[in-house]
Amino acid sequence: MQWESWSAFWDMGGRGFFVWGSYGVSFALIALELYFLYRTRKAVIRRLLRWRAARFEDSGEDA
Amino acid sequence: MNATQERRQRWRQGLEARQRSPRSLWRFAAPQQFYPLAGWLAPWFAALAAVLAVVGLYLAFFVAPTDAQQGEVYRVIFIHVPAAWMSMFLYLVMAFWGIVGWVLNTRLSFMMAHALAPTGAIWCFIALWTGALWGKPTWGTYWVWDARLTSQLLLMFLYLGYLALTRAIEDPRRADRAGALLAIVGSINVPIIYFSVKWWNTLHQGASVSLTRAPSMATIMLVTMLVMAFAAWFYSIAVALWRVRTLILERERHTDWVAAEIDRLAAKEKE
Repeated sequence: MQWESWSAFWDMGGRGFFVWGSYGVSFALIALELYFLYRTRKAVIRRLLRWRAARFEDSGEDA
Repeated sequence: MNATQERRQRWRQGLEARQRSPRSLWRFAAPQQFYPLAGWLAPWFAALAAVLAVVGLYLAFFVAPTDAQQGEVYRVIFIHVPAAWMSMFLYLVMAFWGIVGWVLNTRLSFMMAHALAPTGAIWCFIALWTGALWGKPTWGTYWVWDARLTSQLLLMFLYLGYLALTRAIEDPRRADRAGALLAIVGSINVPIIYFSVKWWNTLHQGASVSLTRAPSMATIMLVTMLVMAFAAWFYSIAVALWRVRTLILERERHTDWVAAEIDRLAAKEKE
């Protein structure tokens, strides 16, 4: 362990803002990407279900 | 039908025959075959990426020593360099799928290019962002218009241009081809980014890792960077595979197999 304390770790030799600003934003973007991926998939599945239901109604068939 | 068209048609029929063959690897060029394969592969790549990221972050913050010249702020490079590599690499992969799509006329190739673009754009933004935050304490400025930074910014605009262009064109086949063309032409920028530090006198330092000479950094720092780079790589593969699955469902919605898959997913959700 090369850090004397947790506060020294978070301080990053006085460069905490730049180091944590870099890693924080990077991982936030990755988390956002995963969230949107999940949300888009759900939305597409719902949309396709509705789209098929509408098509069955048009053609008079049973779903 | 002239000779070229005939040849093209024969090629196409040959490709379709190969795609139908149950033992040929070409069958995965068919969206219906690729969809389950991608679904099976993605979690493995994601798990691998997560493990590597944990190891990489541990090395980055608890094992790699303080840099003699830059102090602690140099630790930003462990995310900055992998992000910059991925942003360039993914653009080349997009251009590759664009070429395959134009030559072989395979739908899945274009879909792969679409699936990679948002992830590439995110890596590109991360490279620019972390570079700025590293630059301020190290160079005394967040931004300079030097060749490396400017060409990387151009890559950001190429990604955004691709995303805007493919979403603006209604007809998916035309959007695919226009986007692929932008990816292919834009890929000229990638070697310019990479070699900019050699060709021009830039404030940005030269390559930290090169195949032709010993790396200009301590072994542990290099290993950390490579672990993070593999984490970024496997993450990108996992995310692109997940994204292409959704894209396949949308594009192939007229087929029976997608109808069956949608029913299956809907039933699973109700449980």
